[in-house]
Amino acid sequence: MIDINESVMQFLLAFIVVAPLIGAVAALLPAPPGLKGKSPEQAVLRHGVIVTGVVLIAAVALTLGFDHDHPSRMQATTDISWIPALDVRIHLGTDGISLPLLVLTALLTFLCALYSYFKMPAGPTPKAFVALVLVLESGTLATFAVLDLLLFFLAFETVLIPMYFLIARWGGEQRTRAAWKFILYTLLGSVVMLLGLLLIGIKAGTFDIVALATDNHPELTTSVQVIAVLAIGIGLAVKTPMWPLHSWLPDAHTAAPTVGSVLLAGVLLKMGTYGFVRILLPVTPDGMSTFAPYLAAFAVVGIIYGSLACLALARQGAKGDLKRLIAYSSVGHMGFVLLGIASMTPTGVNGALFANIAHGLITGLLFFLVGALKDRTGTTDLDTLAQETGAALYGRAPRLGGLLAFAAVASLGLPGLAGFWGEMLALFGAFDPADGLSRPAFLTFMTIAAFGTLLTAAYMLVVVRRVCMGATSQQESPKLADVRTYEFAAWTPLVVLTVVAGLWPKALLGLTDPAVQQLLSGGTR
Amino acid sequence: MSPQAQSLVQAQHESLSQVQHESLSQVQVQAQSLVQSVDWLAIAPPTIAAVVALVVLVADLFVGDKKKALLGWVSVAGLAVAALALLPLLDGDRSTFCLTGDADVCSYTADRFTLVIQFLVLGGALLAALLSMTALKDADRELPEGEFWFLLLSSAAGAALLPASRDLATLIVALEVASLPAFALVGIKHGDRKSSEAALKFFLSSVTATAVSLMGISFVYASTGTLYLTEIATRIEDVDSQLHTLAQAGVVLTLVGFAFKTAAVPFHFWVPDTYVGAPLPVAAYLSVVGKAVGFSGLILVTVIALPSYADVWGPALAALAALTMTVGNVGALRQRTTRAYSAVRLLAWSSVGQAGYLLVPIAAAAYSEDAEKAIGSTVAYALMYAAVNLGAFAVAALVARTKPLNRISDYRGLYASRPLAALVLGFFLLCLAGLPPGIIGLFAKVTVFSAAVDAGLGWLAVVMAVNVVIALFYYLQWTTLLFRAPEGEPESHRVPAPLTVAIALTAVLGVALSGAPQLILRFSDTGLF
Repeated sequence: MIDINESVMQFLLAFIVVAPLIGAVAALLPAPPGLKGKSPEQAVLRHGVIVTGVVLIAAVALTLGFDHDHPSRMQATTDISWIPALDVRIHLGTDGISLPLLVLTALLTFLCALYSYFKMPAGPTPKAFVALVLVLESGTLATFAVLDLLLFFLAFETVLIPMYFLIARWGGEQRTRAAWKFILYTLLGSVVMLLGLLLIGIKAGTFDIVALATDNHPELTTSVQVIAVLAIGIGLAVKTPMWPLHSWLPDAHTAAPTVGSVLLAGVLLKMGTYGFVRILLPVTPDGMSTFAPYLAAFAVVGIIYGSLACLALARQGAKGDLKRLIAYSSVGHMGFVLLGIASMTPTGVNGALFANIAHGLITGLLFFLVGALKDRTGTTDLDTLAQETGAALYGRAPRLGGLLAFAAVASLGLPGLAGFWGEMLALFGAFDPADGLSRPAFLTFMTIAAFGTLLTAAYMLVVVRRVCMGATSQQESPKLADVRTYEFAAWTPLVVLTVVAGLWPKALLGLTDPAVQQLLSGGTR
Repeated sequence: MSPQAQSLVQAQHESLSQVQHESLSQVQVQAQSLVQSVDWLAIAPPTIAAVVALVVLVADLFVGDKKKALLGWVSVAGLAVAALALLPLLDGDRSTFCLTGDADVCSYTADRFTLVIQFLVLGGALLAALLSMTALKDADRELPEGEFWFLLLSSAAGAALLPASRDLATLIVALEVASLPAFALVGIKHGDRKSSEAALKFFLSSVTATAVSLMGISFVYASTGTLYLTEIATRIEDVDSQLHTLAQAGVVLTLVGFAFKTAAVPFHFWVPDTYVGAPLPVAAYLSVVGKAVGFSGLILVTVIALPSYADVWGPALAALAALTMTVGNVGALRQRTTRAYSAVRLLAWSSVGQAGYLLVPIAAAAYSEDAEKAIGSTVAYALMYAAVNLGAFAVAALVARTKPLNRISDYRGLYASRPLAALVLGFFLLCLAGLPPGIIGLFAKVTVFSAAVDAGLGWLAVVMAVNVVIALFYYLQWTTLLFRAPEGEPESHRVPAPLTVAIALTAVLGVALSGAPQLILRFSDTGLF
């Protein structure tokens, strides 16, 4: 949009990856004089807001400087040798596929930091909290920015320790078990993934993702590709999460603090699907088309399973936890993303990338809202909240209730909001899958997935009915505090972007589509 | 000095002088020449360590009780000088004690492999010595200082000699010179039953292993007629078919002794009790230098002497590696945090698990076209392991000063009382687990994995992957404990200078390597021999 010097662009991209790390170290040091603030706690939380804010500004500047006419070209690339022995290069770059994810990550982390500044989750010192959130941000941004298989793995692993501590230290009930489950599942998956990455790298003689995607590598025979896709796919599928490897997610979400849930759903899950698009689709197309039908089948089961689990949780008397419900709904939404990827068509992959962003915005908002609800009522248990008739949020806190209803209908895929396009495109992709994939099978998957959208609508509406509606009696249910200013500040960007992405999908698809076309055709950049 | 220690010291004397004699006499007999030029510069590192050992032993008789700490500083300085003596050797390969008839056949070679392992051994001994200074001071003359330093330095001299040995006799002598003082070191606590028991256990099992190894060597000698490694490599290919079984049995038996030193399963059972019974710095020393002795011996015997028998030792080492890491990690997993000495026990079991990872590239060398590259992965991993494991032991030594039982539960809330020590220990543990921020641990594991994948040992890589997850569980459990809220009032003590130096040194190494992993990973890329 605006012309920014290439070396400034390089600096910006490197900056958004490194700055949070430096910020994390700085957060552990005592505040310098002049920046002490009212108390050490306040100073360090403010430090978090400033660092994530600067990173967000850098990410926005990067977007502005990005050449929107050629989104399929790798831009702002840095390529320096780091470990020649392993052929690891610090190769950074961004294109239309990774740029939206970079901005989403920077935005959500900033909003989380802002939210925590006013509403610090209960737990040990905020110093460590800020440092961990910043390390988490750096790891996630690095995952989306690096173009080297081993660096990708390094970035993928970097998020584990901070997220583990965020859940285990600032979480709610059952947090220790949930945190263990999270880290052991993900690590088991990612170690297997490492084997697959090494197999590709050693056979092809390079770990560079761009080189792997564009050059012809006859060494990567179909059998090598099949093994590699199986190994890497398991690692990515655990992270995504794909049914039946999802069982860590509901526990982690239920136990995590609000900010942890937002980041987990909003950006961490995207690392899995991003890996599918960035590595598996272009580098190992043969292996991918072998597994695509299975991936699609698992994805569809995930959609139905997630929706049914949510319906069961939303029932009266089921003692359903709202956070757990949203976690299961994530399993369903990520199912759509995986279905789009499995179709291996530009339409499907574009849909998957769109659904990725939409899910990050909407589910991030939902977790914020549920967190706010928990702060006000002290519970996320649907039965306790709703009691006999319903929690009547419309009456007790109209703005909060309205926002919750908005997020719920966005999540169920109402046309005109962000949730719609991604899922529709993913279904379109499945309607006409790539050559070599069985069309009848994919048609079946599409039909079942479409049925899943109905189920999604059903449980979301049940939730809205039970939480937002209901009879208010002035004596029994005291009025709840409505949306506060800082909450407004943290949530408005998400609401606005949800609407914008729903009404103007071209803004996003214009970025992703050329890049995806090129990715699938394996052309040069 | 206890009679036991005395006899061991005597044995030690003899074997030290044997080192030179053995090699010399062999050469002389074969070459029929009385004059041989010795490249003193090449043999300087182990020689300096040995000479300083004797100096300290003699000086002990003349130094007053109050000035015993001086001996420690002399020993540390001696090890540092020995390590510095490696510098002039960097310009190229040197050999000495060669056959006068055939200058290519030598008993002592200082090539890149030798230098790296010598650096690892001397550096490890130096850090262990720094830990020992505090331990000896705290023991308040319960431990005989002169003997302690003498034993430590002699063992280090033997361990430094071992990677340079290129004939089986020197190799076994070096192995014994490194081991015999170690037995005495383990049993050095006067009147401590656990210490003596540990020493005896260590001694008996080690001697058995050496005996088996010697038998293997005699078989190999019988079938080839030479002790020089390079000669064995050529001659064993055309061994008489009748002697084929003998040679094969010889290969397997020879490996046993070194597998024992590496603490590979099933020769690992001595490890936990020995580590717990020994003074903490000695346990740290054994966990790093003892292992270095074992795996460098294994590498010399397998890759240099017996490359043509790769089909025998390759599968054997692969199975050994898989077993070792699994048993070690499961053993570490079973440690209860409240048991006495559980921290050292956990480190002991985890060191068994780590030994398994070290064996993977050696096994891969049997299958891979480029054996030296695979060996380089072991060397790189060992360097990483040495730095962070000694660091972990150093922090353990620090905690043991206030909490002598050294349970893992004693580390609860360490962050509150000693934030830096806690952060550093957390970093070391994550390096051992191989998770960021321990980047060097991660990439060291990646080289080992890639050696296995490169050699087509997929199943071993998968076993290792599972083990990495198991190991993560106990390392992370310990790490999280560090940052829990402390139970009692945090007590603060002044940290003695040598301990601070040791912790700082290892931490700086770990962080620097995490930033520039190429520093040690380059060994996995180039030929070492």
